[in-house]
Amino acid sequence: MKPAPFGYAKARSLDEAIGLLGQQPDGVKLLAGGQSLIATLNMRLSEPRLLVDINGLHELSGIRLDNDHLVIGAMTRQVEIERSADIARHAPLLAKALPHIAHPAIRNRGTIGGSIAFADPAAELPACLTALSAEIEIAGPSGKRTVRADDFFKGLFETALGPQDVLTAIRIPTALADHRCGFDEFARRLGDYAIVGLAATARANGAGLKDVRLAYFGVGATPVRASRAEVALAAGDLDKAVASLSGDIDPQDDVQENAAVKQHLAGVLLRRVAKQMTEARS
Amino acid sequence: MKITDDVPSTLTALDRPNSYIGRSVPRPNLARLTQGRGHYVTDVTLPRMAHVAYVRSPHAHARIVRIDTTAAKKMPGVIAAVTGPELAKVITPWVGVLTHLKGLKSAPQSAIAIDRACWQGEAVCAVVARTRAEAEDACALVQVDYEELPTVTDPETALDAATHVIHADLGDNLCFERSLDVGTVDAAFAGSDAVVETTFVFGRHTGVTNEPRAIVADWNPGEQRLTVYHGTQAPHMMQNLFAKHLGLEESQVRVLTKDVGGSFGIKVHTYADEMAVVALSKLLKRPVKFVADRIESFVTDIHARDHRVKAKIGVMNDGTITAFEIDDLTGIGPYSVYPRTSGIEANQIVNLTGGPYACPNYRAHTRVVFQNKNVMCQYRAVGHPIACAVTEGLVELAAAKIGMDPLDIRRKNLIADNAYPTGSASGLKFEALSHHASLDKLVKMMDHDALRAEQTALRHKGIYRGIGFASFIEVTNPSAAFYGVGGAKISAQDGCTIKLDAQGAIVCHTGVTEQGQGAEAVIAQVAASAFGVAIERVRVITGDTDNTPYGGGTWASRAAGIGGEAAWQAGKALRQNVLAVAGSILQAKPETLDIRDSQVVDAGTGKERIGLDEVARIAYFRPDTLPPGFQAELMATRHYVPRAFPFSFTNGIQASYLEVDTDSGFVKLLKHWCVEDCGTVINPQLVDEQVRGGVVQGIGAALYEQCVYDERGQMLNGNMADYLVPMASEMPDIQCGHVVSPTADSELGAKGAGEAGTAGAPACVMNAINDALRPLGAAPLTDMPFTPGKILRALGRVS
Repeated sequence: MKPAPFGYAKARSLDEAIGLLGQQPDGVKLLAGGQSLIATLNMRLSEPRLLVDINGLHELSGIRLDNDHLVIGAMTRQVEIERSADIARHAPLLAKALPHIAHPAIRNRGTIGGSIAFADPAAELPACLTALSAEIEIAGPSGKRTVRADDFFKGLFETALGPQDVLTAIRIPTALADHRCGFDEFARRLGDYAIVGLAATARANGAGLKDVRLAYFGVGATPVRASRAEVALAAGDLDKAVASLSGDIDPQDDVQENAAVKQHLAGVLLRRVAKQMTEARS
Repeated sequence: MKITDDVPSTLTALDRPNSYIGRSVPRPNLARLTQGRGHYVTDVTLPRMAHVAYVRSPHAHARIVRIDTTAAKKMPGVIAAVTGPELAKVITPWVGVLTHLKGLKSAPQSAIAIDRACWQGEAVCAVVARTRAEAEDACALVQVDYEELPTVTDPETALDAATHVIHADLGDNLCFERSLDVGTVDAAFAGSDAVVETTFVFGRHTGVTNEPRAIVADWNPGEQRLTVYHGTQAPHMMQNLFAKHLGLEESQVRVLTKDVGGSFGIKVHTYADEMAVVALSKLLKRPVKFVADRIESFVTDIHARDHRVKAKIGVMNDGTITAFEIDDLTGIGPYSVYPRTSGIEANQIVNLTGGPYACPNYRAHTRVVFQNKNVMCQYRAVGHPIACAVTEGLVELAAAKIGMDPLDIRRKNLIADNAYPTGSASGLKFEALSHHASLDKLVKMMDHDALRAEQTALRHKGIYRGIGFASFIEVTNPSAAFYGVGGAKISAQDGCTIKLDAQGAIVCHTGVTEQGQGAEAVIAQVAASAFGVAIERVRVITGDTDNTPYGGGTWASRAAGIGGEAAWQAGKALRQNVLAVAGSILQAKPETLDIRDSQVVDAGTGKERIGLDEVARIAYFRPDTLPPGFQAELMATRHYVPRAFPFSFTNGIQASYLEVDTDSGFVKLLKHWCVEDCGTVINPQLVDEQVRGGVVQGIGAALYEQCVYDERGQMLNGNMADYLVPMASEMPDIQCGHVVSPTADSELGAKGAGEAGTAGAPACVMNAINDALRPLGAAPLTDMPFTPGKILRALGRVS
C-alpha cells in the first residue's frame, strides 16, 4: 500500500492553488486534511500526478459570524467545529453530528471543506449542510460563486466543483429561537460510516414543526432529502412520515445490511430525530 | 475496563521466599515497547536489502496463460520480476497433511502459483525492487493473461457431482472427513422427553494482528547460510521448513524472532508469499523483505471458522441430557495449510462438542471441503468457539424447551468436580476440572438473582435484556499428540537454559516466544522465583534458533505451562549448581543453603552467607581458590514435555449481560464475566488480560467479524472499514475470576489461559441475545455474526 508517484506543491495563495489546478486538468488533487485522500492514494484507488497542499492557506480556516450567517472556512478542522461555542449556539446540528464523525485523531486533522468536497454519500457533514440550508462558497479561475447545498451534491463523489475550483467556505444561516434540529445515525461501531443516518432541521410551529428538512445519508449517491416525510412531519403525522419514506429514499444493499434493513432503520431514525426536535421545545 | 484481581492465595511448593508466582509483575518489555523501542521485523534494515511486492490473482480460480514481465523489469529500481516456474527451481512445493488425521488429502502448493491461481489474492508473480513503492509501481506493469475457471464457493454443493473439482488429481473436493459414534445415540433420542434440533452457522473470519505478517530473508552465499528475521510464533518449525524446501541442512538456517505485534494463531503457518521471500533471497543472493499490507493481509492471512453445524440434543424432563449429535461442514481454501493442516478445527469440533457434560451418547460427523477462497487454518481457540456455541446453544435451547433454568440444567449435567480423572464421550482425558466450583463462583460474581430481577423489571418497561452462559473446556499444554504423532516436525517439548553472569544476574534462553502476550514476563517470573533473584536480575532471550533451546514456540496455550515448567526446572538446577559452589566456598553442605534475593543464605535461618556476585566472582575469576577437583557449572538446561495426559484441559464458564434494541436490532453489551481454571496462575494480570482479549475476539465472532465472499469467490469486505473488528467503545466491562486446579503433570501446575476467553464468548453472547428475545417469540438466532439485520428478521420487523 504505497501511493503511485506524485508531485507535491504547497500553495502560498488561493490564486496560486487555482492556477496549479489548471496546469494539469484531471491530474491534480487538493490536499486538505488528507483523511480520505491519503488512504485512496495508498490503495492506488486514485493516482493524481500532483497534490496541491492548501494547509498553509490560513485565510481558509476559522469560524466567524457574518450578520445572520455563520461562516466556516473550508480548512477549519473538524475538532474546532466540535468544540466551538459559536457552532453550539448558532448551528447546534453540527455540534450534535461532529462526535459521530470517525475518531478524534481523524477529526483533529480532517477539515469540513475536505469532507464536503469529497462528498462521501455515507458521511455526516454533507447531510448536515443539506439540512441546514447551507451555502458553499467556491473560488475558481473566473471568480467566486456560491452554491446551495441542495444543488452542490450531484452524484456519487460528484459535486458542483469544477476541475479548477477551490471550496473556500461554508455559510450557514444562524439558528433563530424557533430553530429545531435533530441528528442520529446507526453505525455498528463508534466512528464507523453509518449504515444509515439522518440530519434534520425545522422551525417550531406552536405544538408542531414547520419548514422541516430531513437529510438522510448512507441511503443513496448523495445526501437525500425525504420530501414526502418532511410534509407529513410538518403536518404532525409521524406515522405517515415514516410510511412515506419508502417513496422518499431507495437505499441499496451493501456489505453490512440489505436495502430492507436500511429502509426500516431510516424509519426508526425518523422517530428518534423527530422526538429530539419536538422535545427541544420545552 | 475495570481490572479486578481475586486470585486466591493458594500456597504451594512454589511459594518460595520472594516468589513471583501469583504476582502481577509488570512485563519487563513494557517500557521498551511503550517507548517505541521495540524491534519488529518491519524495523529490520540490512545492507543491499530489497523489497518484494506481489502481483496477486484478481480471480478466485484461473489458468495463468501467460505472464509478461518485460515492462515491469524496465521500471526504475526493479531488481527482478520472478514467476512461479522460475522460483520453483529454488524451492520445492509442499502438501499440508498429517498422518493421524486419517484420509486427509491436499494438493501440492507452490511459493508462487505455477500455472493456476486458486484463490483471489494468490501471488502469481513477485517483483523485487529497491523500495516497496518501486516494487508496487512495477507490479502494475506485469501483464498476466488469465483464463477464468469455474469456482467452488459453496460448501454445501462442493461435493456434488456437478461441481468442478479444484484439484483433478484428488478426485473430489473432499479434504477430510471424520465420523464418531459413541454409546447408543438413537435409543437415547428415542427415549428423550424432548429433542431440540437446529443449525448453527459460523462466519468465516480472520485474526487481524496489529503488526502484519513480516519477513526479511538474507541468504549469505559466503557462509552458505540463510538468516531469516520472521514475525512468527514457531521459529524452530520455520527453520525446519525453510531448510527442507530450499534443500538446506537445518544448521544452514537461522530464524530470528524479536518483537511480534500479535499473532492469534495467524503466524504459526507456512505462507506461500513468505516461502517465496526465502527463495527469492537465495535466488538473488541478497536480503529481501516482505511486509504484508492490510489489503493483502485480508486475502492471504489464514481465515478460520466458517462452519455449518446441524446439531441435536436430547433431554429428559428432569434436565438430564441424553445425547448430542452434530453434523459439521466447513469450506476451507484450495489447499490444506502446511504443516498443521486445515483439518484440525473440524477435528476439534468433533472432539470438544459436549465436552463439559457427563453424557455418554454422542455422534459426530464432519466434512472439510476445498473452496476457491483464501486458505483456512488454526486461529485462536481452534474449534472451541464452535463446539462451545453448538453445545451451549443446544443446552440453553433444551432448558427453554423443558422450562428449566439454564444454570440448573448445567448443575444437573456438568461433570462433577469429584469425578476426576475422567473423560468425555469423544475420548478426551480430563485430569482435574472444576465446572461446578466455577459456576458457583460466577453466580456470586455476577449477583445472578439481582440481575434476573432487574431483567424482569425492565421487560415490563419494554426493555429487553438477556443473560447468557457458556461452560467450556480448553485444550492447553499439548503433548506430541497434537502434531508430532502425525509426522509434523513441530516440537511439543520446550527447553530453557539459564546462566549466571559474572555479577550474579541470570540470563534465561527459552524456546517459547513472545507475541505481545507476556511470555517473557512469565518466564522471568518463574526463573527469578526458582533461582532466587529479583526479577530485575533476569534477562530473557527468545526467538533465535542459533541461541535458544529447541522448542515449539507459542501456540495452543502452551508458553506458560510448558515453557514455564522448563524455566522452573532450569532455575532449580542452576540453584543447586550455584549452591554447590557456595557450599565449597563456605565449607557448608549445599542442602543447608538457599538463594534468596541474590544472596546465598542459611536455609533454616535465612541468615545471609555470601552474595551471588561474590560466588560468581570466585567461580569465574578465582576458581584457583576452590577445592581441587571442583568444577563450577554455572549454566543449566532443562526440558519439559507433558507426558501424563495428551492435553492439559482447562475449564470455566462465562456469562454475558446485554440489551437488544428491538427497534433497530442493535445489541449493547452491558457486562461480561469469565471464571476460568488454568491451574496455577503465574501472573494474574497477564492471565486476566489474556482472558479479556480472548473474550473480545469471541465477541468479534458473535457480533461483528465475517469475511464476506460472493459466489465468484471475491472477498467483498477485505479492508479495515468493512471488516468489523471489535473496538473498545462497544466492549463491556469484563470481570475475571479464577478457580485453581493445578496440573500434577508439572511442578509449576500451570495450564494455558490464552484461548479460554475466545472459546466461550460467542456462545454466551448468542445465548444472551436469545434469552433477551425469547419473550417476544423470536426464532432463536444461531447464525453468527448476529447483525442488526438478522435480529430484525428474527423479530419479524424486516422480512
